[in-house]
Amino acid sequence: MTQTPHTQTPQTGTPALKEGFAEMFKGGVIMDVVTAEQARVAEAAGATAVMALERVPADIRKDGGVARMSDPRMIREIMAAVTIPVMAKVRIGHIVEARILEAIGVDFIDESEVLTPADDQFHILKTDFRVPFVCGAKNLGEALRRVGEGASMIRTKGEAGTGNVVEAVRHARTVLGEIRALQARPAEELMTLARDLQAPYHLVQHVHAHGKLPVVNFAAGGIATPADAALMMHLGLDGVFVGSGIFKSSDPERRARAIVKAVTHWQNADVLAEVSENLGAPMTGINIDSLIPEERLAGRGW
Amino acid sequence: MVNRDLPRVGVLALQGAFREHRRVLESLGVQVTEVRLPADLAGLGGLILPGGESTSMARLMDEYGLWDPLRDFHASGGALWGTCAGAILLAREVEGAPPQFGGQQRSLGLIDLGVRRNAFGRQVDSFQVPLAVRGLDAPFPAVFIRAPALTGVGEGAEVLATHMDTVVLARQGRVLACAFHPELTGDVRLHRLFLEMVRLEMARLEMVRLGMVREEPAQEAVPAL
Repeated sequence: MTQTPHTQTPQTGTPALKEGFAEMFKGGVIMDVVTAEQARVAEAAGATAVMALERVPADIRKDGGVARMSDPRMIREIMAAVTIPVMAKVRIGHIVEARILEAIGVDFIDESEVLTPADDQFHILKTDFRVPFVCGAKNLGEALRRVGEGASMIRTKGEAGTGNVVEAVRHARTVLGEIRALQARPAEELMTLARDLQAPYHLVQHVHAHGKLPVVNFAAGGIATPADAALMMHLGLDGVFVGSGIFKSSDPERRARAIVKAVTHWQNADVLAEVSENLGAPMTGINIDSLIPEERLAGRGW
Repeated sequence: MVNRDLPRVGVLALQGAFREHRRVLESLGVQVTEVRLPADLAGLGGLILPGGESTSMARLMDEYGLWDPLRDFHASGGALWGTCAGAILLAREVEGAPPQFGGQQRSLGLIDLGVRRNAFGRQVDSFQVPLAVRGLDAPFPAVFIRAPALTGVGEGAEVLATHMDTVVLARQGRVLACAFHPELTGDVRLHRLFLEMVRLEMARLEMVRLGMVREEPAQEAVPAL
C-alpha cells in the first residue's frame, strides 16, 4: 500500500466542517425534547437531532419570566441517552452561555429568540467558536447578517409555541422571495441592495451568484402537523425543527414518526394522506393575531 | 451536460446530503435519480447512500420496505457507495447503536466490515485532513463529521485509506464504503472511481447477457486502483 506521510495535522472547527455538518440534517426533522425519555422517543421516530431544553416554547409562553440556557446536567443526560446530535439554546448575545455549551460538547447551538435576549443590540460572534450555530431570520438581510457573524445554519423564526404555521410561512416566503428578486438584479445594483438589506456585500454577491443562502435554511416556529412540515419543504426549505408540536400533542410518538415521513416524502400526496391519518389531537395552538406585540418572539433579533 | 454513455446513478434521498452527491454526479455528466421508494431503483447502474443520520435513514428504510430491494439491487449487479451514514447502512454490523435499541442497529451487510458510530467523537472533534488514498497520486481532502470508523475489515474487503491507524475507505467488489464526505469537497476523484466501478460492472453484465462470458465473481469486474 503506497502511503504518503501526512504533512498537515487535522483541522477542527473550520467553516467547511460546521457548514458541512449542517448539510447532514437536510430532509430531516429536529425535535425539541425536555427529558432523556423524550429524546429516546425522538431518536426512535427518526429525528436527525434533538434540541435539549427545559421548557418547550409553548410552556415558556405560558409560564412567562426570563427563559435562559438549560441546566448543563439535563443537557448531558440527554447527550448520554441518544446517539444522534444534540443541540441546545442560548440567549441572543449570551457569549458565556455559548462557551458553556461548547465546553460540555453540545453539537450545535441555537442562538434563539425563544429565550429572553441577553443583549438587545448585538449577537454572538459565532466565527469565534468551534461549535456551529443556527440562528433565526425573518428576512434575507437578517439571515445574511447572521451568516456574516458565522452562523452555519439559518431557520425561519416563525412564532414558536403557537402551533400556528403562518409566521414560518411568511418568513420562508420573504427570505426565498427576496433571493429570487436579488437574482434578477444586475451586478452593479448589488452594493445599493446590500445597503437596503443591511447585509454584507460579499454575501449578497454569493446569493446573487448561487440563488440560495450560503448555508442550509430550515423551517421553525409553529409546525404542528405532517402537512405543515411538508408545506415548508414545498416552499423550498431544507428541513424542519418541531418544537412544541410533538410533545404537546396527544400521541407524540406517532406524530413524530408521521412528521419524519412527511419531510422525506413531501412531494408524494399519497404518503402524506396515509401519515396524516388518525394522529390524535395536535397541540391546541394560538391565533397569532391575538398576541400583543410583547408576546411575539419573532421580533427579537437585530 | 448529460453524457448518455454513462450509466444512470441513483442517490438515496431519504435524508441527508443527497443533493451534494447529485450535484457532483451531474457535473460529471451523469443522469441522477433520487431514490425514496423501491420503484425508484429501476434502471439504475449504481446507487450512492449519502451522509446524514443513519438512524433516521434506517427508520425510513423500515417504513417503506427498502432493505430487501437494496439487497436485490446489489445481487443483480448494482454498485453501491456509502459515505459516512451510508457506510453504516452498508456494513455487516454496527457498533454504537442507540442504547435504547439494545445496541442493535439494522444494516444491509453488503460489505464485509463493521462500523463504529461516532468513533472520532462529537461535532467539536470533527476534522478535515489531507488523506493518502491508495491509487490516487495526491492526497484527498477528507472531511470527517462525527465520523464512523470502519472496523473488523474481513478478507473479502480491501483497505484503501487509513487515518491514525483507523480504516476510513474500503472496497469489496462493487461496493465502496468511506467514513468521510467526498461530496463536500469539490474533489471528484472518488466519484469518478465509483462511476468506473458502475460502468465496468454494467459492461460485464452485458457480456454475460450476450453469452460472451460466463458468470464470474464481481470481484474481478472492478477497476484496479
